[in-house]
Amino acid sequence: MNDALILSVRGLRKVYRVGDVDVNALRGVDLDVKRGEFVSVIGPSGSGKSTLFNILGGLTPPTSGTVLLDGNDLLAMSDRQRTNLRKRTIGFVFQKYNLLPTLTARDNIEIARYIARHDGEPDPHFNDVLKLLGIENRLDHKPRALSGGEQQRVAIARGIVNHPAILLADEPTGNLDTENSNTVLTLLRDLNQRLNQTILMITHNPEAAAFGHRIVSMRDGRIVHTTATELTPKQPELFP
Amino acid sequence: MILTLVGVSRGLLQDQIRRSRGIGADIIVRAPGSAILSLGAGFSQNFIPYLEKQPHVAMATGALIQGTGFLSSVTGLDLPEFEKMSGPFRFISGRAFEKPDEVVVDEYYAQQHNLHAGSYITMLNRRWRVSGVYESGKLARVIIPLARLQDLTSNTGKVMVVYVKLDNPANTQQVIDYLKAHGMADYKIDSMEELTSEYSVNNVPMLRQFIAVVVALGVVVGFLVVFLSMYTAVLERTREIGVLKALGASPALILNILLRETTVLALMGSITGILFTYVARWLIMTYATGGLIQAIVPDWWPIATGLALVGALLGAAWPGAKAARQDPIEALSYE
Repeated sequence: MNDALILSVRGLRKVYRVGDVDVNALRGVDLDVKRGEFVSVIGPSGSGKSTLFNILGGLTPPTSGTVLLDGNDLLAMSDRQRTNLRKRTIGFVFQKYNLLPTLTARDNIEIARYIARHDGEPDPHFNDVLKLLGIENRLDHKPRALSGGEQQRVAIARGIVNHPAILLADEPTGNLDTENSNTVLTLLRDLNQRLNQTILMITHNPEAAAFGHRIVSMRDGRIVHTTATELTPKQPELFP
Repeated sequence: MILTLVGVSRGLLQDQIRRSRGIGADIIVRAPGSAILSLGAGFSQNFIPYLEKQPHVAMATGALIQGTGFLSSVTGLDLPEFEKMSGPFRFISGRAFEKPDEVVVDEYYAQQHNLHAGSYITMLNRRWRVSGVYESGKLARVIIPLARLQDLTSNTGKVMVVYVKLDNPANTQQVIDYLKAHGMADYKIDSMEELTSEYSVNNVPMLRQFIAVVVALGVVVGFLVVFLSMYTAVLERTREIGVLKALGASPALILNILLRETTVLALMGSITGILFTYVARWLIMTYATGGLIQAIVPDWWPIATGLALVGALLGAAWPGAKAARQDPIEALSYE
């Protein structure tokens, strides 16, 4: 795998068994994502983008093909190995935020560090990330006391606290109004540009997809075309 | 539940012991066939002067006891004679009875029945005026004149028990042996010390088995409640477990988190249960009639806590293990 590539997918297929019927969710997907790239995957319902998200996130194994994520071959990995991979290599942002309701925002972020066995305080730069996300004063609140936009920003903080190789976002603005959607998308783009965080975002919204460097369109389990946006990946602008 | 039930059984026995010791007697004489908690038939109170003539006997006084309901009874006493033996009654309010239809009650009975000096209660199909409320620890909870109770229960001239005070408690066994050798072999004659030592869980027929059954029921009910609660809690938290799995938590870690949470819940539940025994005691003392007394049983606290912990952990382990093995995608899509 090219050193610049964080993700390389070749001939990826996924077949689900529903009753007596085989459902071909992915029918041979090829996709490369460079380190520091922000890729949007767009497509209608049933196009296979969520299945792609689940496979790239190590949540379900592929049926065939090759998936190299940060040098790890997902097809060859056991369930336990994929679980371990998710600890540090992959960050998730979900449509429904999926914060633990009994924990504060701070603890929701900390539990990701706990699971990844990161001891001690988060690195000092992470406080800057929290400021960038605008949640530094909301950390002691539980999810029910936060707005949808704030919850999603906490979820983003949780997704990147372990410095994952790739942040996978599944419809991150699907439950948000326009203003909060723009805020979250702008933050994702800022994180990508400032921290060189690789992001792969699933969306059905073309406006949201335009926040990425590249838009990958899917239909019927295949990538039908790829479009570069006006944005280009930048050199990382590290925090002082 | 367990602590309250054990507390009630022990409380009743301890109260019985305290009241028996408050009599001030050294020997108790009961009719043939009497048991620890039942006094059998009455016998002639002419035994009292007979007993008083025996060597080393300082004084004797009789009592008649009549049941008035579940765990409640009324005791007939010759109060001046009894006070000579036990020492004077300390009245919290009012005075000793002076008329035939007057009654004195102890503070527990007064509290449970909301009585005070001057109140009226109905007992033995009659209305009685409470002439005084005395400090608990004197043989009985409800006392009326002996002659009046003998008359009302057709036991004229009879008593059910005679308390004997000796010139020196060291002579107790010698006097018991003497009495048995001199025409009272069939009577139950015991030292008060012996009698009170018999008031234990092990010596009351079936009480030990009763407590064992209650505890076993408590364990089974507690286990099922905890098991079903945990099962429901785990189902409700399927999505949370999916999040943990997505974040890379192994099944062992998820189970570990669930069991630790269960342990904290069980310990908090146990502490709450212990605190509730105080509430239960207050409720029993305030509202329960029939002379129920609930003791606080600290020696059972670790046992009850252990039972709660084991039940909760076993109840949580199965659904917890099942949840920890769930497919993360299925768990995340759980509504």
